[in-house]
Amino acid sequence: MADISVKESAPKWQFPFKIKIENRIENPPRWLSPVLSLAAVIIALLIGAVVIKIAGGDPWAAYVHIAKFSLGSVGVLSDTLVKAIPLMLVGLACSIAFRMKLWNIGAEGQFFLGAFGASMVVLLPVLPMEAPKWQFILVTAGFGMLFGALWGFIPGFLKARYNVNEIISTLMMNYIAIEWNNYFIYGVWSEGGFQMSRMFQRNAWFPRLTDLAKRWPFFGGLTTHFGLVLAIVAAIILWWVLSKSRWGYEIRLIGDNPRAAEYAGISIKKNIVLVMIVSGALAGLAGASEIMGVVHRLQGAISPGYGYTGIIIAWLAKLNPLAVILASILFGALILAGREVQPSGIPTLIQGLIMVFLIASDFFYRNRVRITRKVED
Amino acid sequence: MDFILILASGIATGTVLLYATVGEIFAERSGILNLGVEGMMLIGAMSAYKAAAATNNAWIGLLVAMLAAGLVSQVHAFITITLQADQVISGLALNFLATGISLVLGEGLTSLRDVVPQLPKYSIPGLSQIPWLGGIFFDNHSIMVYIGYLFIPLAWYFINRTRPGLHLRSVGEYPAAADTLGIRVYFTRYLYVFVGGLLAGLAGATISLSISPGWFGGLTTAGQGWIAVGLVIFAQWNPFRAAFGGFTFGALRRLVLDLQGPVTIFGLSNPFHYNIHYGFFLKMIPYLFTIVFLVIGSREANRKRIGTPAALGLPYIRGQRGL
Repeated sequence: MADISVKESAPKWQFPFKIKIENRIENPPRWLSPVLSLAAVIIALLIGAVVIKIAGGDPWAAYVHIAKFSLGSVGVLSDTLVKAIPLMLVGLACSIAFRMKLWNIGAEGQFFLGAFGASMVVLLPVLPMEAPKWQFILVTAGFGMLFGALWGFIPGFLKARYNVNEIISTLMMNYIAIEWNNYFIYGVWSEGGFQMSRMFQRNAWFPRLTDLAKRWPFFGGLTTHFGLVLAIVAAIILWWVLSKSRWGYEIRLIGDNPRAAEYAGISIKKNIVLVMIVSGALAGLAGASEIMGVVHRLQGAISPGYGYTGIIIAWLAKLNPLAVILASILFGALILAGREVQPSGIPTLIQGLIMVFLIASDFFYRNRVRITRKVED
Repeated sequence: MDFILILASGIATGTVLLYATVGEIFAERSGILNLGVEGMMLIGAMSAYKAAAATNNAWIGLLVAMLAAGLVSQVHAFITITLQADQVISGLALNFLATGISLVLGEGLTSLRDVVPQLPKYSIPGLSQIPWLGGIFFDNHSIMVYIGYLFIPLAWYFINRTRPGLHLRSVGEYPAAADTLGIRVYFTRYLYVFVGGLLAGLAGATISLSISPGWFGGLTTAGQGWIAVGLVIFAQWNPFRAAFGGFTFGALRRLVLDLQGPVTIFGLSNPFHYNIHYGFFLKMIPYLFTIVFLVIGSREANRKRIGTPAALGLPYIRGQRGL
């Protein structure tokens, strides 16, 4: 009898654990952030694999191809670094702006203007044809930064003065920059009606590793150029500025709590303009180094969307300038070796997936998930 | 240069911006900024074209486009509403994701030109005979243009004069208060992000099936989604102003294309005709004007104290202080 009554009143099977989500009050452990980022990248790659499979490709072969043709030998590793150089610089440009919650989406346009400024040095010309190499390095990098900074200053000023939304204005400046360059590529500096300028003379180029091949044959054919030095130096300086300097503190404070910053007497408007100038200068330097180190002429398709990828890189690096270097190499590999992966939108898709999962993973950084055994009431 | 023709095609191009802008207005009125409009429009343009090619029916294409873009918009909704992430960065991510998806799925669609059915065009009998206005507004336009005319007042009426519209606005202005009154804040936000997605998809489909038929990868939208996001600010979250902005922009884009044709303008020799490279400066104009519109919009909003929806960009967390 008792048996039956027990059977009747037996509770339905229930999920034996209780999932509880609560705000993290204490600081999250140090290992959590990189682990979450890594998890986001892995999940994105897995989903990318599914998509390649659905599209009729072989995901494993595609990824092996990407790994092999980006990191597999010294030669391709050098090519990956070449792709990573502009990414590092635009990633830094985005990092400093985003740290202040200033959404500079215009790194792409600032990159184009930087390329324009550097080309101007050779084509106008600002320096005589036979000027020594070190002068070209100095002046082209300077002009690139100057024009990039100008392109950043405009939306920064509009934001500070008229409260114009910088997301839209920087983006519009991208489209304007492309048309601006096109005018010079097709018109003023066109070589014989082709859509490109003349090839720059050799002493204007940034030095490359292969230039050292005479003394060290090992470097023969390696195209990694001086821009890498510029990018790494820029990363170290920016890291110091953001984490050690007074100005970096102001930027971080405005980003975290603008009201507190204002009460502390920090001028938000001044910093908006300044940060946009620095951000634009970094992206402009990326354009200059790409032109002087890789392309060696002004032409149309100089960027497969570096400026936009910079946004993802900055986020993947958690806005840490030193981590930007590593993230850029990852994306440099993806862009370099992803070119041959079919269908051709796959690298863009994987970038998008990485970004989506990165942002989603932040939830687990801010909250902790507790799974406990349910206790019978 | 035939001004009636320019204005008429301005209306047609402007219709695309109209749908996208009003869609974004719905989302932003509920407090969710969705910067992914450009990507969602690409999804719409691609899936409309693909579905229309597969079924040989443009209307099915339109429907698929709306649902596809609506579906994609829910990624942003989940990340910003449930996971409470930053709306700006999530919107950017949505853009990358949606662009990637549409490039992958749109592979090989470009070659399908002239095979894919388009949405029908009509002239309204009677109205199209009105001098000037008839030629601009009612003559040989895509059906999407006429639907747009009806849609503007309906959207305005819905937002400002109906009960669900009131709920929508209250969720965007003061979600905590709306919550205490029993309005489902999370549900409302999910819903209107979805509506924004539907309309962005519609805008994309309007491009690829009607206004400038075809699939040209990222060039299909050419930044119109971003212009739409900018127009929302100029429109001050009002569908009528969105329509005005959209049509003005459409006409401007068209004017820019036509300005290179004539040998003289107002009796002076046309510099854009004799040096074709000046055309690149003409192409900047729509983007420059977006910035100008933004300046005007922000100044006016300052003066009239018309603000953004107060809770725009802020996640709502039940039981926490703040809006």
